[in-house]
Amino acid sequence: MPKTHPSLIKFQSSQHRTADAGRWVRLMLDSRLMSILLYVLIMGLIIRVLMTGAQAIGYNWQWYRVSDYILEMTDDGFQVGELLLGLVTTIDLTFRSFALAVAIGLVIALLQLSSLMIGSRIAIGFIEFVRNLPLLVLLYLIYYVVGPIFDLGRFTASVLCLAVYHSVLVAEIFRAAIQAVPLGQWEAARAVGLSTPQCYRYILIPQSVKFILPPLTGEAVHLIKSSAIVSVIAVAELTTMGRNIISDTYMSFEIWFTVAAIYLIFTLILSIFVTFLEKKFEVIN
Amino acid sequence: MIEIRGLGMYFGKFQALSNVSLSVEAGEKVVICGPSGSGKSTLIRCINRLEEHSSGQLFVDGVEIGEETRNIRNVRMEIGMVFQQFNLFPHLTVLDNLTVGPVRVRKMSRRDAERRARKYLQRVHIPEQADKYPSQLSGGQQQRVAIARSLCMEPKIMLFDEPTSALDPEMINEVLDVMVELASTGMTMICVTHEMGFARKVADKMVFMEEGEIIETAPPEEFFNHPRSKRCQMFLDKVLEH
Repeated sequence: MPKTHPSLIKFQSSQHRTADAGRWVRLMLDSRLMSILLYVLIMGLIIRVLMTGAQAIGYNWQWYRVSDYILEMTDDGFQVGELLLGLVTTIDLTFRSFALAVAIGLVIALLQLSSLMIGSRIAIGFIEFVRNLPLLVLLYLIYYVVGPIFDLGRFTASVLCLAVYHSVLVAEIFRAAIQAVPLGQWEAARAVGLSTPQCYRYILIPQSVKFILPPLTGEAVHLIKSSAIVSVIAVAELTTMGRNIISDTYMSFEIWFTVAAIYLIFTLILSIFVTFLEKKFEVIN
Repeated sequence: MIEIRGLGMYFGKFQALSNVSLSVEAGEKVVICGPSGSGKSTLIRCINRLEEHSSGQLFVDGVEIGEETRNIRNVRMEIGMVFQQFNLFPHLTVLDNLTVGPVRVRKMSRRDAERRARKYLQRVHIPEQADKYPSQLSGGQQQRVAIARSLCMEPKIMLFDEPTSALDPEMINEVLDVMVELASTGMTMICVTHEMGFARKVADKMVFMEEGEIIETAPPEEFFNHPRSKRCQMFLDKVLEH
């Protein structure tokens, strides 16, 4: 073994040490603890700023009153609070309109992809009309114009409005996903003798699912958030409830924070569930 | 079995086929060759109407193929097709790839379809791969599954669109062997391929195409030894060089 010059040894070890220090810093920055610390620090700063702001306008915090609006403890056991009731309506509204949006969206996507000229023209016309209207205007149109004709209630009008508005976005997701399946799949399916509906049912749509799930989740979260707009026609969902409570109690800060947190929890649960679904579908492909 | 009269076809302004006539008897094996872009694939894709011809007439088993064809699916059931890129259904197992046609189109029971599928997997020498997904197989195995998928419909005619062009060299023979075996069963076959060894072995009729036209049709003996046209001669010189 050749002998190493002493000075060289010293040089090597010092270089080793700096590389070591660099790695240690990087490890520390990458660590979970560090990211949690950073997160806490940033959140702390934001809250701190809000508190000082509230203090500056002389805000009177009354957090202790908020819990009653979620779950109220009375003599005959727990009583469901107004915010929780609002959440139930929001969930109901979201599920119904999302199911309807997916159904309408699928029909529009298939119309758009069909070789019938009239089919694709109707689909494109519908998409452009709905997509270029503000959600609020669409809601007014359905509630004040279409509503009286067909005798629609507030809730039905809201479901319809959200479903129509999101159906065109869902349709675009479906169309893109179906088109993402290679053309060869179509040809092979047709060469085997499958009819067009069978091609979609057994070959194209199952393969589109992995392209559909991520953007469709985004759309679901989007829908939950846009459901808040129906508070303008006084459907008793989460945002409306929040507004009513505030007009009674003037606790704007506490209630809006609570409402925001409830929306956040709801959408986060949904996202986690879909991540789980996506993993399941990944195995298949 | 197949009668093609003066077939013409355009992609936009580009003429992909012009005045192509060809007849294929039951049990006959036809090999179509020619430089790329000469319309070979287009021609066989017209036969099961994956492409729509713009002029001329095309009959499969006595049924005219065209806009008026009532039930193109009934015709397609009788025509198996093997693609260059295999086009297996990636979300289905090998067995399900084979049974989807018989179950959905021929309305067979799942049990009968599976029995049939296993029979044809045996025929293409990969019975043990039935429960795998296509992505778990080699290219040669995938193409053999694709052949078995077509055979499961028990078609009268098999079309092959450059079945070995996308394969690694060491896998070409396993696919060609299956095709030779299939030829010996008396199946009517039309193959677009550059595998001249295979063509010599099985072809009853060689067809040479260039620029959307059939330049030469001849039995293989005559075709390989004494091609009549100069362009065909030049093509063969290039292909047979190795």
